[in-house]
Amino acid sequence: MKKALLGAAFLLLFFLLQSTVFKYFAINNIGPNLLIIITCTFGFMYSDREGLIIGFFAGLLCDIFFGPILGINALIYMFIGFVNGKFNRLYYSEDFILPGSLFLSSNICYGLVYYILIFILRGRFQFTYYLMNIILPESIYTLVCSIVFYPLLLVCINALKRSEQRRP
Amino acid sequence: MSPIVKKKGEKFTLPSKYLLFILALICAALMVVSFSTDALDKPVNTFAGFIVVPFQSGISSVGSYLHDRSEELAKIKELLDENAELKQQVDKLTEENTKLQEDKYELNNLRNLFKIDKLYDEYDKVGARIIARDSGNFYHTFIVDKGSADGIEVDMNVLADGGLVGRVSEVGRNWARVVSVVADNSNISGKILSTGDTLIVSGNLKTYETDGCVDFSQLIDADGLVNKGDKITTGDISDKFLPDILIGYVNDVKMDSNNLTKSGTITPAVDFAHLSEVLIILENKQTVDED
Repeated sequence: MKKALLGAAFLLLFFLLQSTVFKYFAINNIGPNLLIIITCTFGFMYSDREGLIIGFFAGLLCDIFFGPILGINALIYMFIGFVNGKFNRLYYSEDFILPGSLFLSSNICYGLVYYILIFILRGRFQFTYYLMNIILPESIYTLVCSIVFYPLLLVCINALKRSEQRRP
Repeated sequence: MSPIVKKKGEKFTLPSKYLLFILALICAALMVVSFSTDALDKPVNTFAGFIVVPFQSGISSVGSYLHDRSEELAKIKELLDENAELKQQVDKLTEENTKLQEDKYELNNLRNLFKIDKLYDEYDKVGARIIARDSGNFYHTFIVDKGSADGIEVDMNVLADGGLVGRVSEVGRNWARVVSVVADNSNISGKILSTGDTLIVSGNLKTYETDGCVDFSQLIDADGLVNKGDKITTGDISDKFLPDILIGYVNDVKMDSNNLTKSGTITPAVDFAHLSEVLIILENKQTVDED
């Protein structure tokens, strides 16, 4: 229950930051993707189950406000959360290499899939342009932001885990 | 043993692969439903209006405040240098100004002739503030803080700086989503103001990010009268856009390989990067029902 509340609160917070504040601090019109951070983090810190649920709602939130059709972002984020959950076995909280590389690769995957589904199907074929100017810069910006936001999530989730272990 | 068999005393949980499957089906259903009907719009919009939008407008104003302050600090030094330079320019400009005054007199006369200044006066408009922008980087859509409660409807036209910004694509009680002219999935029927030739203006993420332009195509201009700098306005045959709203200026024109039509790029009249307030025309284009 507490886990769900924490997830919902962070989801809302990250979505709001991403669509408002970070658009003012966009570099060359590119903003970071904070929702990838929360989806991945819930994936590898809990399990594939939590990852996919958080991913589903993160994507749905994007779709409701900005998506051309409902459900497409939800689907992509959900699979990202699910795959990240599979890395739970390799994860331990002192390490930043694994989370960092997961943020980077997840965001690149998100960009690629979104590009294929929405852009290639409408005949926008200049793949290298989109890769070099949108997908990669966005992923790197996300990685930089994760240096601040990932420890925040880490502290909150670990505190919650400890309080749940103590009780029974 | 099957993974969904319940052991005695154990809390029932659905294995995540089944959950993934079910949610994927839901996503697919949502896509089909939202693509074909607008049955989902109402509940979704109400949710957004009550839960998210109030936060968005608050945070957005804080964000713009912080941004303005940080810009101020960074710019002080720059401004001092600029100030000295500008003082020199002032002298030069006063001289030029007198000359321009004469031109202005002439321009006013010409304007009256063309009645250009009355262009958009006939429409009722309402001002709105942008409170959020697309969360991804692929589209140029944004959310404004006026909605159906202020009389906004889907497909109303949005203006700023005297030019076309886009149109309203979705409305909630206290918010509306605007798809801009430069969005990759936007297509508008336009015309060249001077010759009346029609064309299609289509947003393109790539050309917009590299040169600040959008594409146009399907221009039939057999006599070659269209030049760089010509004004492009919304066309008369569009069913979403009111006629004669300025979209932008021709940036370059080239002949298509079919030797009949021309295409090229347009510089939009609106500065989309620094947009914070927009005007929404409270009038939908009148269309004929086909039923």
